[in-house]
Amino acid sequence: MSANLLEVKALKTQFFTRDGVVHAVDDVSFELAVGETLGIVGESGCGKSVTALSLMRLIPNPPGRIVNGTILFEGQDVMKLDDDDVRALRGRKIAMIFQDPMTSLNPVLTISRQISEALELHLKMDRAESRKRTIELLELVGIPSAKKRLDDYPHQFSGGMRQRVMIAMALSCNPKLILADEPTTALDVTIQAQILQILKDLSQEFRTAFILITHDLGVVAGMTQRIHVMYGGEIVEKADTFELFDNPKHPYTWGLLKSIPRLDEQRREKLQPIEGLPPDLIAPPPGCRFEPRCTYKRDRCSAEHPGLRQALNAKDGHETRCFGTQPGAMNGWLAQTDWRREIGSIEVLEQVKQQVAELPPEAVRAATSDVPPPPAAER
Amino acid sequence: MAASTFQETTSTATAGSGRNLVVVDNLVMHFPLTQGIIFQRQVGAVRAVDGISFFVEKGETLGLVGESGCGKSTTGRALLQLYEPTGGSVRFDGTELTTLKGESLRKMRRRMQMIFQDPYASLNPRMTVGDIIGEPIEVHHLAAGRKKQDRVQELLKVVGLNPYFTNRYPHEFSGGQRQRIGVARALAVEPDFIVCDEPISALDVSIRAQIVNLLEELQGKFNLTYLFIAHDLSVVRHISDRVAVMYLGKIVELADRKELYDHPLHPYTQALLSAVPIPDPKIEAKRRRIILTGDVPSPVNPPSGCRFHTRCWKAQKICSEVDPEFIEHSARHWAACHFPG
Amino acid sequence: MATITASQQRALDMNVITRKQRSLWMDAADRLRRNKAAMAGLFVILGFALVAIFADLRVGPLHIQLAPYDPTCYFYLNGHTACGGDVVGARSGPPTANPFWGANADPRFLLGTDQIGRDILSRLMFSARISMVIGFVPVVLYFLIGGTIGLAAGYYGGWIDNLLMRFTDIVYAFPDLLLLIIIMATIRNTWIGDIMGGLFLMFIALSIVNWVGMARLVRGQVLSLREKEFVEAARSIGAGPVRIMTRHLLPNSLAPVIVSMAFSVPLAIFAEASLSFLGIGIKPPTPSWGVMINEGFVVFTGTPSMVLLPAACIALVMLAFTFLGDGLRDALDPRMKL
Repeated sequence: MSANLLEVKALKTQFFTRDGVVHAVDDVSFELAVGETLGIVGESGCGKSVTALSLMRLIPNPPGRIVNGTILFEGQDVMKLDDDDVRALRGRKIAMIFQDPMTSLNPVLTISRQISEALELHLKMDRAESRKRTIELLELVGIPSAKKRLDDYPHQFSGGMRQRVMIAMALSCNPKLILADEPTTALDVTIQAQILQILKDLSQEFRTAFILITHDLGVVAGMTQRIHVMYGGEIVEKADTFELFDNPKHPYTWGLLKSIPRLDEQRREKLQPIEGLPPDLIAPPPGCRFEPRCTYKRDRCSAEHPGLRQALNAKDGHETRCFGTQPGAMNGWLAQTDWRREIGSIEVLEQVKQQVAELPPEAVRAATSDVPPPPAAER
Repeated sequence: MAASTFQETTSTATAGSGRNLVVVDNLVMHFPLTQGIIFQRQVGAVRAVDGISFFVEKGETLGLVGESGCGKSTTGRALLQLYEPTGGSVRFDGTELTTLKGESLRKMRRRMQMIFQDPYASLNPRMTVGDIIGEPIEVHHLAAGRKKQDRVQELLKVVGLNPYFTNRYPHEFSGGQRQRIGVARALAVEPDFIVCDEPISALDVSIRAQIVNLLEELQGKFNLTYLFIAHDLSVVRHISDRVAVMYLGKIVELADRKELYDHPLHPYTQALLSAVPIPDPKIEAKRRRIILTGDVPSPVNPPSGCRFHTRCWKAQKICSEVDPEFIEHSARHWAACHFPG
Repeated sequence: MATITASQQRALDMNVITRKQRSLWMDAADRLRRNKAAMAGLFVILGFALVAIFADLRVGPLHIQLAPYDPTCYFYLNGHTACGGDVVGARSGPPTANPFWGANADPRFLLGTDQIGRDILSRLMFSARISMVIGFVPVVLYFLIGGTIGLAAGYYGGWIDNLLMRFTDIVYAFPDLLLLIIIMATIRNTWIGDIMGGLFLMFIALSIVNWVGMARLVRGQVLSLREKEFVEAARSIGAGPVRIMTRHLLPNSLAPVIVSMAFSVPLAIFAEASLSFLGIGIKPPTPSWGVMINEGFVVFTGTPSMVLLPAACIALVMLAFTFLGDGLRDALDPRMKL
């Protein structure tokens, strides 16, 4: 077997709703080495959270189902495990940190009960042992006077402290992989900085692999080694972190980078938003999924669905799902484009704007409706 | 006390020129905490806003940043008299708002509006878009019948929506489109001043820029003055002319945008700026972060002296004893700190 | 680049097809329509309502009479008929005719007659009238009283809220049935008790007892809605209290109110039946299911159908309203749990 901790191949997760089949995750493949931190970036509804839930086999069924794909974790196919084995894997080998620390802790159990639950379940520790370990864990994530706060309830903690407790819970069994789904989105910047620092230290100290799922390009920039950008249920760009920010190769990534104001921006430049709306995942565009919003498109983009290929003028392993930056006879028209300056075709931009203004609201609703939330009780 | 020094420096500018549209002086907003079923007695107060002073100049955007619970949203609401301030004064174009009541206050509301944070909660789900945008027009008797319809359609066009959407309901729109509807509602009364309360934090990344651009565009078109409340320092830097930083019910620093971001004086501002992640791995690798310890204390029982001293790495004995004054350190750059810079 | 792309064409096509506005109420109606149990309930209720309306309907020259006979007429064994006589109370004895499955059946009286010779089928049909009226009218009254008080208490808060809600609590603290019995028993024999055959007093008594729940429900709704940003937005544009209450607070608190009303209807019907059974409800000879059970009770061992038939009607209506209420709850807010 290979040295990879995790290999995901052709993962496809769908939700079967009354309005139709939602192609939430469509043909997603990636791998993760031991101790590596991978960023998955995208907007809400792009399938990044569903990907994480799929890895844990936590997709609520019905309406959701993993239709296809293999998930190899330490060489073992998670898809073929029975329910008991999957439960043994969750929390023990793969742990998850959710976005909202307010709702992912059980309000009627003390902090120590919640953390030691996993310890007693997976590691068969007794009360005293698990209590000792719990104190260690809380100290590790920087909770002051951990011993005293052991028997407090979640509501006695602030948001940042709760997120630390969540991290302590995730760490309790020394997992090989932690999935962090928007771990700092609900937190303030100064608290975010604290939490990110903890995660960084942990990944270095314990060689824990992380998948950091976020919409914030700033967060992944400082935290990850590699980044996958997701759009409309697919990975549209894969690159290592430096390469992605230095030499992005997909118009969607360009759009993301140009649409956010930067703290270090020198003069007040006008932001360039990505006009339009994310695609309706019940009936995604037949060609490139970003094509309806793309200002660099050509006729081919609406007719054919691009695959994920090595990009032109880029480092090895930098893959993109855009004809414009892929090699090929009719491709590569964006290989030399300076994304910071050229905004593509103005007419197309106007067309997209126009289209959005006239878009039937039903289409909008379908496109933006959230995929059913994960079952919080599963943990 | 702190306010008086600020007052001294600003009073000359305020008095005659009329450049300031809004002048806030020592504004206090406490929410009483009560106990008891029939006879409720006050057992304390959430000191959400605790004596702040600032001014907003005509045509500018003043950014108000701070972390959750620092009182920035309360400031915006107290300023618009959506809450009845506990103390202090708010003058709008020369008129004292805190003493206005009933009809005269309702009339003033025409001139100052608000854009809300949550586009899902700020639109009445049982009303059509036409009714929502038409309501302020109706309330202030600006137009009726056909004329009102026309006006609503025009407003929809102004914010970049299809004018034929008037019969639709809010749930049929995406977040960004709903926020546009909220903007159209605020514009309906042709206000001079708009409080934007975190107008983009609930939106998706790719949509945020659309709304920011819209707000900027409208400011130029209709000569608007904004108070832009946000926790995202990057956005505030982008949109604001001046920036005020709040911590636990107090404004700790106020300066022109460039000045504040280049030469922050207050340690809290410095920590805040260093904590914002920058989407560039090269810069991120080199940056030194000031990681603050602990959490923001409770506004029910704020620390004595300087409120930041419990988390400040520069804190000395004096910081826990004396509340630092809000002093102008360089031109138009105020900060409240014993050891600035 | 003037050619239209496939996706643009798709957007345009969709524009044409889906140009139909939908309010949340319409969505709810759709969901309700898909709920089989609720629709069955609705049909049963409609059936009873139609029977109630057309039992004997005279509008100008139009005269529809579904009920075979006047429910207060006596049919003697000798074929003699007497109508309009005010015979209070029932004398015990065997019925003149049994239902069609019984031994002593009379083809003229499908479900037989009672012990003083009144047609049971007609009485059941006219009883449906009382039940429908007693089901709906007080519920509207609860809504008017409780809604107003709840809205005012929730919106104004402070001492108004305190005053109104403490008063509400006091009423709430009385046991419902006891209060009902006290009111009915004391006032029933005064002139108020005679208005509309005792119906009017029932309305009042039921309303006095039951508006409280509605007031508390509406207040709770208003309290949570009051903090919503759209209400704040309405205040910020200068809308007055009346406008905020009627345009913003009330329409948004209506969903649980409607559900609660749907559940209140069968309870009111049941209360009427109980009181009438105890002999302190509707005044005979006006027929009501409760009165009929009361009268049939004496001869239950001999002719159980005289009790079972009206009891079955009550059960059916209760069940129908419960199904409809459940359906409404699911339809109005899929996430709401009452």
